[in-house]
Amino acid sequence: MMLDAIGVASIDELYSDIPTQVRTNRPLKVDWLPSEQEVKSHVERMLAENKSAADIPVFLGAGIYNHYLPAAVKAILARTEFQTSYTPYQAEISQGILQSLFEFQSMIADLTQMDAVNSSLYDGSTALGEAARMACRATGRKKILVPHSLHPAKFSVLKNYAEPAGIGLETFNYDKGTGGLDSADLQSKVDRDTAAVYCEVPSFFGILDPEVANVPSICHLKGALSIVGFDPVSLGGLKPPGEYGSDIVIAEGQSISTEMNFGGPALGIIGCRGENLIRQLPGRLIGMTTTLDGKERAFSMVLQTREQHIRREKATSNICTNEALFAIGAAAYLSLLGPQGLRQLFESILVKTNYAIKMLSEIPGVVVPRFIGPHYQEFVVSFKGAKGTLARLNKSLLSHGVHGGKSLVKDFPELGESALFCVTEVHSTEAIDKLRLLTEKLLGA
Amino acid sequence: MFHQAKWDEPLIIERSAGGKKGHNPARPSDIERKIVGPEPWNNVPRTLLRNGVPPLPQVSEPEVVRHYTRLSQENFAVDLGIYPLGSCTMKYNPKVSEAIAQNPKLEKIHPEQDESTVQGILALLHRLDEFLAEITGMSRMSLQPVAGAAGEYLGALIMRAYHKSKGEFEQRREMIIPDSAHGTNPASAAMAGFNVVVVPSNSEGMVDLDALRKVAGPRTAGLMITNPNTLGIFEKNVLKIAEAVHDAGGLLYYDGANFNAILGKVRPGDMGFDIVHLNLHKTFATPHGGGGPGAGPVGVRKDLERFLPVPLVGFDGEKYFFDYDIPQSVGKVTAFHGNIGVLVRAYAYILSLGPDGLKAVAETAVLNTNYVLAKVLERTKFELPLSKRRKHEFVLSARKINEQTGVRALDIGKRMLDWGLHSPTVYFPQIVEEAMMVEAPETESLRDLDELVEAFVQAGKEAETDPEKLRSAPHHTSVGRIDEVKASHPKTLTLRWSNPKLSG
Repeated sequence: MMLDAIGVASIDELYSDIPTQVRTNRPLKVDWLPSEQEVKSHVERMLAENKSAADIPVFLGAGIYNHYLPAAVKAILARTEFQTSYTPYQAEISQGILQSLFEFQSMIADLTQMDAVNSSLYDGSTALGEAARMACRATGRKKILVPHSLHPAKFSVLKNYAEPAGIGLETFNYDKGTGGLDSADLQSKVDRDTAAVYCEVPSFFGILDPEVANVPSICHLKGALSIVGFDPVSLGGLKPPGEYGSDIVIAEGQSISTEMNFGGPALGIIGCRGENLIRQLPGRLIGMTTTLDGKERAFSMVLQTREQHIRREKATSNICTNEALFAIGAAAYLSLLGPQGLRQLFESILVKTNYAIKMLSEIPGVVVPRFIGPHYQEFVVSFKGAKGTLARLNKSLLSHGVHGGKSLVKDFPELGESALFCVTEVHSTEAIDKLRLLTEKLLGA
Repeated sequence: MFHQAKWDEPLIIERSAGGKKGHNPARPSDIERKIVGPEPWNNVPRTLLRNGVPPLPQVSEPEVVRHYTRLSQENFAVDLGIYPLGSCTMKYNPKVSEAIAQNPKLEKIHPEQDESTVQGILALLHRLDEFLAEITGMSRMSLQPVAGAAGEYLGALIMRAYHKSKGEFEQRREMIIPDSAHGTNPASAAMAGFNVVVVPSNSEGMVDLDALRKVAGPRTAGLMITNPNTLGIFEKNVLKIAEAVHDAGGLLYYDGANFNAILGKVRPGDMGFDIVHLNLHKTFATPHGGGGPGAGPVGVRKDLERFLPVPLVGFDGEKYFFDYDIPQSVGKVTAFHGNIGVLVRAYAYILSLGPDGLKAVAETAVLNTNYVLAKVLERTKFELPLSKRRKHEFVLSARKINEQTGVRALDIGKRMLDWGLHSPTVYFPQIVEEAMMVEAPETESLRDLDELVEAFVQAGKEAETDPEKLRSAPHHTSVGRIDEVKASHPKTLTLRWSNPKLSG
């Protein structure tokens, strides 16, 4: 009947314009499982091969963090009215997602003291790439300074955003003692060609570096911008980057919106100050307005002339699909924790980090923290001993049911046998104690 | 009759009242506190210490849940009704994929874990790579790009690397893109440092071969194209297009936005494409989350594998491992391994359908769309410019209706919302006047399709009898027509609830 309505004899006729020599005339070689039950148990069996942070304590961070995700956040993310909707092109029928995203933008803007935050980018690394391009467009300059201690994966992504735009990347050193930024080195590199300087609080090494607060004024003296990477939970206790003069902020928002999921999906956060920079923001922005009759509050996407579907090759970015669902998750998370909850969580992680540092520092042959100074959530541990000590230790730890820190041996050879450990609120005292006891025992053996 | 929920829900900050809290995070244990001492905050440098508490709403858990549940009810979704948004492939998202993804063995694995602890997910990703390569006719996939546009960008980076490896990049700076292309194509090409050269469509809505041959040459880096194109028309000259681009020394990029039309019917690799991306959130039925997450894996032909991002997932006969040994790799396009949660759902989708099911997806989608098209053309004044033969989507023009009644495509789209349908894509592609781009995926029933047809019929009638009803639509949604001009006007632009004076 449908074929009759169309006026063709067969479905094949609808494909008659495909050149015959290239048509797929054989079944695709993919597996098939005939029932839902089989599909589910097949994938479950595969995933069962994994050891997760639910099975053993895992002391890894470096951009993706294991935090406790409140059940209410999961319940809200499971609303299929959010989950199965598309980009809110038709605002009137999509007020739910629009208002939620507006709330996300507002909360992050308040937390960071930025004028505007967009409704999400892919992840923290691409947010850095977009921020670098944005800073270069705004300043007309082509040099971005980043810390030598940047996560190498992040640096690689940044390079892929920078190089095609003719943006040069330069690194500034970290102080060998404190792990914080080497001010003299940074100051010598900021010049009239510098579009922006990127710093992170906490840094990749987990350091709360007081010098970062001085970076915006160093930048502004030379007409450059300051980009600060922040950890969303840490803003429960730390000063908003906007307060010390940062122009653009970025973050990886996975920790306040979704589980680790082997690193993705994550949540890219970007915000900025000043109208000039807002016009350069990539991605979708949601605004609060009214209905045409002016009677009701309403929300819609705004400033779309920055975006690819209107501006094409002149757009601020090609981004289209983003991580909107997790922006809603983040809005729900921040609402649930509120001012007291976020501050409390910061304090919990601060205490646990320092507890873990103290415990590990009692082990002979272990230097922790490798850098002298205040730490939050992460810290570098160095092991005295021959090459391979860390790899052997991590392997032994694993066989005893503990996943150690991220090895820095390849990426930061100057640190010797070192690893980056991460502790959040999910790491129990018992887990930290077990790490300490095992490390002591295994290093001694 | 459809009436969308309307809660007049305030902003969450307006529900805020002193002292309330919706969640108590875990506190340190007594022993931890004792060891660290009474003043843990002394470990925070003064210059970085926040004054007071962070400015966030103070609300209880029930308030938060009600707030966002109410908002969810003010949101249209595939789970509520047909979503004929052309080029977006808003098909039903099977629930089993959600059930599968909510597994601690997936959710609670960290991307930097030791390979021995993640053999399960690595095996899955390795198999998915094989499936997608087979489905597209390519040699190898990178699962790293997290969206279609991210895939395009990687594709453009691979083109740069390829031409650089031949020492020709400096002269090959032009990316050819048809005028019917999505905005992402020129945006991705420009971001990757290419100059965009637009080729016009011919009178049938396909790439004008002569025009293409004129622009293809020693300056050509490549061509980015979707097939079927955004008009839903299959580029039947695709082999000649490929030849023209390859003869000029360029590479051919397949944008997978419209892959749903040809799944199991014809493979980009067999049509001569060198680089392909897929939108798993379209063709492979993963939920789109109100804008994201997505996943945009990229496949390449054999000799371009050497440029793929690190790492790929390898298998040595015993165990799976991350393969970083790709000396000419472009590096990374996202910090870790891609949108794994999305990839797992897509893997489950492929398994559920198998070879026959995948082919049936394309055939049913094309059948559904052509059925709607035939009925709409038969019963309304909407026109179908250019070629009559369409695949999974078509682009109508409301030009005639507009001329006769003053009603615009936008008004018709808004009126459709009143009937519990999502509007088609309007005003795209730009080469069609008063465009309405309609896609009816395979998951829609005949009844749904008839309802969609009736919507066009009814809108056409109302345009003649009661045009004001369309111009003032929608009437049954949570809010009426929104003032989008005011929304973006510099004087009224409001991007956050506590709007500061913008300086700048």
